[in-house]
Amino acid sequence: MTLALFAQLLVAGVLLGGVYALISIGLTLIFGVMRVVNFAHGELLMLGMYLSYYLVTAVHMNPYLALVVVAPALYLFGLLVEVTIIRSTIGRSDVVQVFATVGLSIVLQAGALMAFSANVVGINVPITNALVQLGPLSMGVPQLLAFAAAMLVASGLFVFLRSTDIGRAIRATAQDRSAAALMGINVAGIYRLTFGLGSAMTGLAGALLMPIYSVSPTVGEQFVLIAFVVVVLGGLGSVTGALVGGLLIGIVETFSGFVIDPQWKQAVYFLIFLGVLVFRPAGLFGARGSEELSTS
Amino acid sequence: MLEVRGLAAGYGENEVLFDVSFDVAPGSLTVIVGANAAGKTTTCRAISGEIEARAGTIRFEGDPIQHERSDRRVERGLVQIPEGRRLFPFMTVEENLLLGSFARRARAERREALEEVFALLPRVAERRRQAAGSLSGGEQSMVAIGRGLMARPRLLVMDEPTLGLAPLFVERTFEIIEEIRKRGVTVLLVEQNVKRSLSLCDRAYVLEHGHVVMQGAGRDVLSDEGLRRAYLGM
Repeated sequence: MTLALFAQLLVAGVLLGGVYALISIGLTLIFGVMRVVNFAHGELLMLGMYLSYYLVTAVHMNPYLALVVVAPALYLFGLLVEVTIIRSTIGRSDVVQVFATVGLSIVLQAGALMAFSANVVGINVPITNALVQLGPLSMGVPQLLAFAAAMLVASGLFVFLRSTDIGRAIRATAQDRSAAALMGINVAGIYRLTFGLGSAMTGLAGALLMPIYSVSPTVGEQFVLIAFVVVVLGGLGSVTGALVGGLLIGIVETFSGFVIDPQWKQAVYFLIFLGVLVFRPAGLFGARGSEELSTS
Repeated sequence: MLEVRGLAAGYGENEVLFDVSFDVAPGSLTVIVGANAAGKTTTCRAISGEIEARAGTIRFEGDPIQHERSDRRVERGLVQIPEGRRLFPFMTVEENLLLGSFARRARAERREALEEVFALLPRVAERRRQAAGSLSGGEQSMVAIGRGLMARPRLLVMDEPTLGLAPLFVERTFEIIEEIRKRGVTVLLVEQNVKRSLSLCDRAYVLEHGHVVMQGAGRDVLSDEGLRRAYLGM
């Protein structure tokens, strides 16, 4: 493999990984704070993609302008889901949570099937095929923008969690919810906010994916699997872990797809995944038994 | 300031408090003592709203608060330092203190509160950049007190602040409690260190099996022979 090719694959992998990271951060945030494993996470992504699709095709909005509609819309949808479904599962057995979120996932998929049909659709505006050339490297503009947006959102979340009162309250709630309540933190409110934020980030990821991928009601299934791998690999509840895990999976997928065979790329990252879990069962950044919503 | 009447509370099937009544007068230091499993911590949890009162009333400055959310009670100035400190272990000491002043009322005076806490607890100031979980038990208990004071309490409820501490820190804790009280904060202290706390307080209540079995001025309770033998094992 030539150096130029290596660099090209690395760049492609990193760009892809940035989007994986963004999808995974929402999942790990919700788990870290609320201890809820959201099996409907992929469907939030799917909704973000469809919303973006209709904004672009029906309203003729620029796909990147659509972000400013999709993120708040998914935030509100997340609040709705939290209040109507998730809230009553908090503190109940894991089985209740699994049934509730798997059920939600099925309902959303079926609803999308009725509303949007099973057709696979995509958007095709000039920007989706634009390329930039940087020396020997060529990068798709949508991939580059998706990566940049993912990094911007991830670092924004970092700063928010680290240095605002609400961010600190979110981390405190993750570490000890009853002690958080004694600080005057409205724990139920923090849960609502967290689920909304996680949903908004996932919807945002969906909208960023729309110029790159096509959407169908079951699109969430492909990505949610990656998101779970990334989150467990990075360490449940670790924002840093989701970021590093996402990049790692993106790079591994790109290289193995090229070097071995595209059909084998999932097998390869699952092998790495298993290997990491053998040596670090808590994931790369989850060394403390996932007790923490960590930003370090 | 705090008026508890006929309080009953528990966990699931398990009834812990049956009929607990007591008063905390403004500006006073009131102590609740009792053996293990007498219901001391459950009483604190019902006051903070961590668990719900099953019967009875809790009034704070005249308002019934037994159905109010925990965070609203904190906003009123009813602040609790829980048993076992319950610091946020992965956050720095300073972040823990800042969280203490999360309530809107306290946030407005955050800067002054932080200066006061650092002046009162110089050890805490030295450790401000360290993760709270990396401190010794004694240091953690100082941070917990500092975090409680950051909330600008009108009534500070302290649940066994000396539990598991070395004698030096126990002594220091009682000094700090006296200092807090001198500054005009009403204190409700729940303690197992009977001798020290009873000789310090204005009024004491003895809790046994979820009932108040004795009350009076601290020295009177301390000198009651039957009580000392039966409940306090002294």
